[in-house]
Formats: sequence, C-alpha cells, structure tokens
Amino acid sequence: MKRVQFSSPLLPYLFLAPQLAVIVIFFYWPSVRAIQSSFYLEDPFGFGSTFVGFDNYLGVLLSPEYLSIARFTAIFTATVTFFSLALGLLLAVKADAVIRGNAAYKTLLISVYAIAPPVAGLIGMMFFDQHIGPFVKIAAFLGWDMKVGLSYFDTAFAMIFVAVWKQIPYNFIFFLSGLQALPASVREAAAIDCRSGIKRFWTVIFPLLAPTAFFLLIINVTYALFDTFGVIDVMVKDKAANNPITLVYKVYMDGFRGNDIGGSSAQSVILMIVVFVLTVLQFRFIERRIHYT
Amino acid sequence: MATIEIDKVSKIYHGNVPAVSEVDIRIADGEFIVLVGPSGCGKSTLLRMVAGLETISSGTVRIGDRIVNDVEPADRDIAMVFQNYALYPHMTVRENLAYGLKNRRTPKPEIEARVAEAARMLELGPYLDRKPRALSGGQRQRVAMGRAIVRQPSAFLFDEPLSNLDAKLRVSMRGEIKRLQRRVGTTSLYVTHDQLEAMTLADRLVVLNGGRIEQIGRPLDVYHAPASTFVASFIGSPAMNLVQGELHGSKLAIGPALIDLGKAVPTQGAVTVGFRAEDLQAAAPGGTAAEGGSMPLRVDYVEELGSQRLVHGMVGDQAVTVALSSDATLRGEMPVTIPIGRLHFFDAESGRRLPWSSAEPHRTATAPDLLETAR
Amino acid sequence: MHRTRILDHAVLILGALFLTLPVVVAFMTSTHEAAEIHSKGLMLSPGGHFVETYETVLTRQGGFTGQVTGARMMMNSFILGIGFAVGKIVLSMLAAYAIVYFRFRFATLAFWVIFTTLLLPLEVRIMPSYEVMSGLGLINSYTGLIVPLLASATGTFYFRQFFKSVPEELLEAARIDGAGPFKFFIDVLVPLSKTMIAAIFIIMFVYGWNQYLWPMLMTTDERFFTLMRGIKQILQVWIGSQIPDYNEAFALAVLAMLPPVLIVVIFQSWFIKGLTESDK
Repeated sequence: MKRVQFSSPLLPYLFLAPQLAVIVIFFYWPSVRAIQSSFYLEDPFGFGSTFVGFDNYLGVLLSPEYLSIARFTAIFTATVTFFSLALGLLLAVKADAVIRGNAAYKTLLISVYAIAPPVAGLIGMMFFDQHIGPFVKIAAFLGWDMKVGLSYFDTAFAMIFVAVWKQIPYNFIFFLSGLQALPASVREAAAIDCRSGIKRFWTVIFPLLAPTAFFLLIINVTYALFDTFGVIDVMVKDKAANNPITLVYKVYMDGFRGNDIGGSSAQSVILMIVVFVLTVLQFRFIERRIHYT
Repeated sequence: MATIEIDKVSKIYHGNVPAVSEVDIRIADGEFIVLVGPSGCGKSTLLRMVAGLETISSGTVRIGDRIVNDVEPADRDIAMVFQNYALYPHMTVRENLAYGLKNRRTPKPEIEARVAEAARMLELGPYLDRKPRALSGGQRQRVAMGRAIVRQPSAFLFDEPLSNLDAKLRVSMRGEIKRLQRRVGTTSLYVTHDQLEAMTLADRLVVLNGGRIEQIGRPLDVYHAPASTFVASFIGSPAMNLVQGELHGSKLAIGPALIDLGKAVPTQGAVTVGFRAEDLQAAAPGGTAAEGGSMPLRVDYVEELGSQRLVHGMVGDQAVTVALSSDATLRGEMPVTIPIGRLHFFDAESGRRLPWSSAEPHRTATAPDLLETAR
Repeated sequence: MHRTRILDHAVLILGALFLTLPVVVAFMTSTHEAAEIHSKGLMLSPGGHFVETYETVLTRQGGFTGQVTGARMMMNSFILGIGFAVGKIVLSMLAAYAIVYFRFRFATLAFWVIFTTLLLPLEVRIMPSYEVMSGLGLINSYTGLIVPLLASATGTFYFRQFFKSVPEELLEAARIDGAGPFKFFIDVLVPLSKTMIAAIFIIMFVYGWNQYLWPMLMTTDERFFTLMRGIKQILQVWIGSQIPDYNEAFALAVLAMLPPVLIVVIFQSWFIKGLTESDK
C-alpha cells in the first residue's frame, strides 16, 4: 500500500459501500441459499421442505445420468481447451513472424472475439443445419451422415467446433502479446545458437511463453465449463433428451425445467468447489508470475 | 519567511530502531540548510516530517512561531520539490503551477500574475501550455521549482531534486537553485546524498548518519574540521585518508613512518589519523622533510584527472591516496610529506574528533552562534 | 527463408478465413430471401433484400405479446452494455480508491470480500439468484438486469494495480497543494486513469452486451428483452415452421454482433492493452 494515505473514519467505507452491498445481496445471499437448500428436500407443491443431510449430494453423485454428463463435460473441456489453445498459439506465432500485412491479419483474427456465445451458437447451427448447412454437405461428401441435433456424437462435434471457433481470438491475443513482450535479444541469441526454427521455438520461445500458456489454460478451462452455456443452450434448443450437455447446463435444467431445487443446489455447490480449485490455481500462478518478472 | 525549529524530533516505525532520533536543528529565516548523508540515514524522513507527510513520533517542529506537528501539509505554508518532480501529468505547465493556488481560493488575477512571474523567473514562458511529458528533464525540474515559488511559502523543502538529472544539467541546475533562493530569500531545507551538492548549496550542512546528527556547520568548517571519521570520509572527494596510528608523547607512528608532532598530544596510544589527499605532497627527491612528517608510499596505480593525478598506494599495510599536480614525477616507491597542521585525530573506538589545537586552523562556529549572527 | 514466409502467410490466411468467413456468410445470407436460402443453402454473395429484411427485423412487432421489435431489443442491449460498463467502472474505482489510498481497519477484509466474487460465478448460483431477485421484485426491470452484475473483482484489482503504480509523490504534492480526498480523486486520479477507464469500458461493454444467462433469467416481459434473448426467441419460433426465417435469424445475429465487433476492431489497441494487462 501507499506510504502516505488519507485517514478518515467514514470515507473508505462510503466508497466501498456500493460494491459491498451488491456483493452481499446478489452474491452471498444466493450462495448461502444454495448451500442451505442443498441439504433440504423441497416439496414440489410448495408444502415446506425437509432436512435430508447429504442425500441430495448422494443422489446427484450416484446418478448415472449425472456421471455421464460429468464425463462429457470433462471430454468437452479438454478438447475445447486443447484445440483453441493450439490454434491460437499457431496463429500467434505466424502473425508474430510475418511483417507484411501484420496489422491486417491481427485485426481479422481478433475481430470475432466480441461475438457472444449464443450468436456463435446460432451461426454454428446454420452451418450444421440439415438443409442448408455446408458442413453437413462436406461431411456427406466424405461419407459421414451428419445429424446435428439427433445424433449425440454429431451434436457434440458441432458444439466443440463452435466453442473452439469462438475462443481462438482470445488465445491469439494473449499469445501474440506474450510473444511480442519477449526481449529481442533473447531471440537473437537463440538464432545464433540454434539453426532449426522449430527446435528454437520449443526450446527457447515456448518455455518463455509458459506463464502465458498456463494462465490461458485455466481461463480456457473456465470458459469451456461456464461461458459455453450460451452455445449449448442455442444448439440443443431446450431439447436435451439425446443431446450432450455440460454440468452447468444441467444445473439450469434441473432448477428451471425440472424444479428439483435440492438437487440443483447440490450441483451448484459441487460447481462452486470446482471454481474454487480453479481460482486458487489461477492466483497461485499469478503470484508466481509477479514474483518472477 | 520563517524560521524552522526542529526540537528533539524522532521517528520510530512500528517499534523498530528509530529512523530519526532526537534531532535538533534551528534554521534561521532565509537560511539554506542541506541535510546530507548516505541512503537510509533518515534525512528524507526528517524532511517529510517537516512537510507533514510523515507523522512525528516525538519532539516538535515549529515553523515560524507555530508548532505544526498536527497541522495538515497544505496548511503548513511550505512548498516541496520532489525527486521525480511529481508534476500532474494530465495538466499543462500553467495548470500545474496554478493548482495549489486554486485550491487555496487565490483570486484569479493574482494566480495569473504569480504564474507569469514564476514563468519569467524560470524562463518557462514558452512552455506554459505544454504537458509535462513534452518537456525535457531540466524543464520539468524548473516547473517543479516554479510550483514551489508561486506559492510564496514561508519555506522550501527539497527532496533530492537534482538526482534524476544527468551530471552536466545537475551542475547548472544547482547554480540556478542557489541563485533563485538568494533572490526570493525563502528559508530552505534541502536533502541530498551528494556531498558536492551539499557543499556548494548550503549555508550550513547537517550531516546525518543512522538517524543522528553527526555534525552541523558551515561547509568549509565541516570540511576542515570533521567531527567524526564518518563525516571525514563522507565530506570531500577523494575521501579523507583514515589510517591507524600510535601516539607516543609528541611522536606519531603510522606503519613504518614516524612523525614528530613537535608538541605532546593529550591522548596517547592507538588513534585514527586523518589527512586529505590534497594536503600530501611528494617529497623533493633527496631533500629532507623540513616541516611535517614523511611517509614511504608504495604506488599501486594512478588515476589521471587532467588537472591533477590521484596516486593510490600503501603506507605499510594501509591504503593511502595522494593528490598530486599532473606534472609531479612518479616512482614506484616515493616518500610523501604531510604538514603537521593538516593532521586530524579521531578516537580509535568512537571515531569522534580528538581536540588538538594545531590541527584546527579554522575555528568552527557552533550552531547557536550562527543562529545569533543570522538573526 | 522465402518458402517459410509463404507458408506463414498461408497459415494466417487460412486462419483468418476460418474465423471470419462464417461472419461474412451470415451477413451475405441475411440479404437473401428465406425460400432462396432454403433451396440453395448459405450464400457468399450479396442478395437484393438487405433493406427489407433488416427493416422487418428492426421494426416488426414480434414475440408472443407483440410488444418487442428488433430496435427495442437493440436499445435494451445498449442500455445493458453501457450501464454494465459504467456501473462496474464507478464501483470498482471507488472501491480500489478506498483500498489503496485510505488507512482503515478493514481494508484487507474488504479486499478479500471482493475477491470471493470470483468464486461465485452466476452459473453456480442460478436458482437462488432467481429466487432472491423475485423476492426483491426486481424481475423485469433495468435495475434487476444491471445492478446485480456490477460487483467486479477484476475491475477492482485492475484499478488497484493501477493506483498502486501512480507515484506516491503525486499524492504528496497534491496534499501540499491543499487537495483533500475528493479533490485528489476528481482532479488527479480520474484524469490520470483516462486511458485505463477507456480500455475497461470497451471490455466491459462487450461483456455486458453479450450477457445471456442473466437477461434470460431476469426478463420474462418482452419489453426488456435484449438481442441475446431475442436469439433464443427466434430459434424457439422456428421449430415446426415449414421454411424457417433463415434470413431474419441471420439478420438478428448480425445486429447482435455488429456493435461489439466494431468496437473491438476500432479500439483494437486500447482493447488489447486493457485485456492483457488486466489479466481477464
């Protein structure tokens, strides 16, 4: 903190009040409610609720449906994270290497960053549409009878495709600014020491980029888990029956469609734990980065 | 215009050792006082306590006839020039100069007049509508000075204002600060770690070490009669030679050399002996040391400064530096002589100066004396 | 050397096409008639129906109650985007100012309370949030749409970081110049943060404009629908219709992505700076 500070008995609290009020009313209160109702069984007709201990959690964790959704979420998250990071890195490395047209490529590559997940989902739906979708036609040409919305695998494929498409610009921006922050002298030293460009990349550049990559890894996992809600919601069109969905979408469906408050709350609490772990990881890492640079 | 009285002022951070302990300084109206010392000696802390940016743990600070311990910085009627200038980057030079006056509700025409006057004095006229980032280091420094001047405060406080400038600019700005202060006659307290800056600017120097005052005095008095080995090694360049010696009656032994002081010294036994490089002379070859003692110097290496050469060597096993004129002849082993009157003696343990009349050609004025004459 | 350059450009061109072509196709297709799209598929060249389609989408009273038009949804999206961005900036600047520039007992606690909001994203507290909001009577109101989203740990951390990097001497100089806490904030800190505020505004506007789940929960009255909400609506309508209004769906998508995309492209450098320096 600052060496010199104002001291006033009231002002700091006055300045903090709006933010803290929002946090308490709209973050803490609902969260406490979620934890509370995860231990109760709510009567669907509104006649009170009964304390059931960990029954809701057991009910969730032992349900084969929940487990299969969890498995899909894991696969979905891993695939989306891997491909969006890899493609973002590839494009950043290339954009960093070329001189001519650099600015134009950059603009084009980041322009779709601002597209919202549901809009991405809508555009994706069109490209995978049974009647008009070009991707379906290309797949048919390759002998793949693609039925997005009907076939579990095909829908999963389309979802991953759209989720990756939407996330590449974000990773591109971070990798590119990471690359451009590397000192020129290090690259020059590497160019003198090592002839092969590919080897140079993996032995010198990539390790220096590792902090950025690790940071992005966590951000992308968070993205795939939570921010893809819009993509999924648009693509499954509320008909989750045979379609792949993620854990977050399941919380929403059980709470709003299924009216299973207790089960939905238990799922919320499980997700809070996941977020907690991710955030701790992220902050430990940021601390380290501050330490090293 | 005002006097500043710093009375038994201490600063203690959370139960640590005191950063400043029991400092007393009385600054006369219009006087230019420089606080000098190595980093961490407490000089900036002391200045900031006078400014009101740091609380005073104990003691009192009086500006004019008012105790200001609990007065807000803005109400102490002082102006401060910071090391990094602290100009408001989003305001033009004019707005920077006027900001403090505006906050004190000075009438507009008067603000304009004062800004114009300061700009004229500092030759900032052409830059008044520029932002600080469009100015050179020297110009920014001037704006910082201008911001202090327009306030017409009763005291200027300077916190290492020149250390961000390159060497050449520093010399010229030094002159400018001195001239300006003479002209406006405002009481000034100036912090620096650069002894040369301190010597050239100060009416009186305050040498600080470890939060305590080592010596207060006029620059030449401090130079000629340092109160301790610390002051001796800090003030003057090259630093005063300090070597271990033994006093036996009227004889002084430094390594292999034996010097006859001509009269007995009150202290006997081990002492620290100080002498300045420029007070040493190369003994005429074959000649005898007529006055003063002679020491054999084994020359290690020589630094050429153009006007003079610094000869670094050993007397016995102790390092000694000699400043010789650039045409002096050098030999690998040469005797050097020292006038007896230019020797300084310090207690071997405490490092405090030992009284020895013939080593004090300039009588040191004490601080209260000076305050009297200044009044 | 020469060959690798060509390869680099090839990869970049492919990447740019992969990312931007769907957007171009979406726009081109939206200017054709639905029947034509139905028979010929997606389009890469402009059709002649740009004006009609967009006029319809913007002005036709749609939805079940017939109270919402595309223009209305667009306005709501702007209200949400701007309210969200301005609110977040004001709240997080004030909080960061308190934490960095004031000495008070609960500074660390306040910091941690703000930090914990990162642990509670909306997605994990959907149901109880809805209950709380309906309990407070905030469903179907702009207040309900915007205010609950205004807590911002990232915004607060960002300004905190920035304030900490402001040289200490500036506050000292301002204090000697007689500026109190309000004056220092308004006269010095806010103007100094201008670029930062602009960068955060861009990021937050895009983020607010793109909100999906929250408006979906908080608005059942179609007068409060945003474009994102409209997208869900249009998809629900076309289930079961013979020839879906592909053109209108695409037009709506184009309207929904145009403002944020334009802002990001135009203010590219601010946006990248804000994004990469705030770390989220």
